[in-house]
Amino acid sequence: MNRLLIYIVVMAGVTYLIRCLPLIFFRKKIQNRYIQSFLYYVPYAVLGSMTFPAIFTSGGDLLPSCIGCIVALFLAYQKRSLLVVALAASAAVCISTIFIG
Amino acid sequence: MILNSWKQGLQDGIPIALGYVSVSFAFGMMASNQGIPVWASVLISFSNLTSAGQFAGLGIIAANGSMMEMALSQFVINLRYFLMSLSLTQKLDEKTKTLQRAVIAHGITDEIFALSSSKPKKVGFLYMISLMFLPILGWTGGTFLGAAASTLLPVILRDSLGVMIYGMFLAIIIPPCRTSKNIGIVVLMAAVTSCLFQVLSAYISIGSGFVIILCTLFAAGVGAFLFPIDGEEQR
Repeated sequence: MNRLLIYIVVMAGVTYLIRCLPLIFFRKKIQNRYIQSFLYYVPYAVLGSMTFPAIFTSGGDLLPSCIGCIVALFLAYQKRSLLVVALAASAAVCISTIFIG
Repeated sequence: MILNSWKQGLQDGIPIALGYVSVSFAFGMMASNQGIPVWASVLISFSNLTSAGQFAGLGIIAANGSMMEMALSQFVINLRYFLMSLSLTQKLDEKTKTLQRAVIAHGITDEIFALSSSKPKKVGFLYMISLMFLPILGWTGGTFLGAAASTLLPVILRDSLGVMIYGMFLAIIIPPCRTSKNIGIVVLMAAVTSCLFQVLSAYISIGSGFVIILCTLFAAGVGAFLFPIDGEEQR
C-alpha cells in the first residue's frame, strides 16, 4: 500500500512538472519566425498523429471503427460541432457492429 | 481581446468530459481487474489526468517495476505535454500570474489543449479553469464508476464510446484544413508518419508516447520550414 502511494506520487510528480515548467518559465512572446511557425503547427501535428492510426481500432473491430472514422471525417469536413461529430461516430460504430457482428 | 468567460469554458468542456467518462471508465475497470483498490485508481486519475501515461503506469505497478522505470516511462510518454504547454504560453493572456499558471498546468491534456488552441482569441485564467472543470470531474468520476462497477456496461457500448475522443479530434483539425492547405499537409504528414510507425512496430519497438513526440517534431518542424506563418495567420 505504501509502495502504491509512492508510485502514484512519482507518476503525478513527473507528469505535472512536464506541464508546469514551460508555462511558468516561458512568458515572452517568441520572436523567432521558425519557432513561432513550429508552435503554430504543433496542435495539428499532435492531434493528427494521435488520431491515426489509433482511430482504426478505437471501436473494437477494424471495420466498424473505419466506418466511424469515415462518418467523423465527413461531418468534421461539414464543420459540425465537436459533440455532433463525436456522437455520430459512436453511433456509426455501434450500428455497424450490430449489423456486421 | 481575451476570451475569459466561465460560461463558454464550461460549455466547451462538455464534449471533452463526455469522452473522458468512457475512456476513464475503461481505465478504472482495468485497474480494478489488476487488484488496485478503488481509492488508488481514483487518486491516479485525479492527480495524473492523462490516458496513455496512466495505462502504462498500471502495467508498471502490476509488474512491480522500479520507481526509476515509472519516472522514465511517464517522462517519455508525457513529454508531448511539454510541447503543448510551450505552445500554450503564446496563447495564454500574458497577465496570467505564476500561481494561476501553476493551476492551469495541471489541466493541460490533449483535448483541453486542442480546444483552447482552436480559439481565435487569447485565453484567460477564468476560461481555462472552467474549461478544465467538467473534464476533470468526468475523468475522475468515470474512473470511480469503472473501478466500482467493473463489468456493468455491455462491450458494444464501451467500444462505441471509445471512438468519441478521436471523433472530437477530427472535428478540431479538419475544418482548418479547408481554409489552410498548409495545415492540411502538416496533419497529413503527422498521420502518415504515425501510421508508418504502427506498420513498422514489429521491427522498431518504441512506446506510443514517444511515437507521438517524433511525429509531432517531424510534421510541425517540416511544416514550419516549408510554410512559415506570416502575421495574419498568428493566433
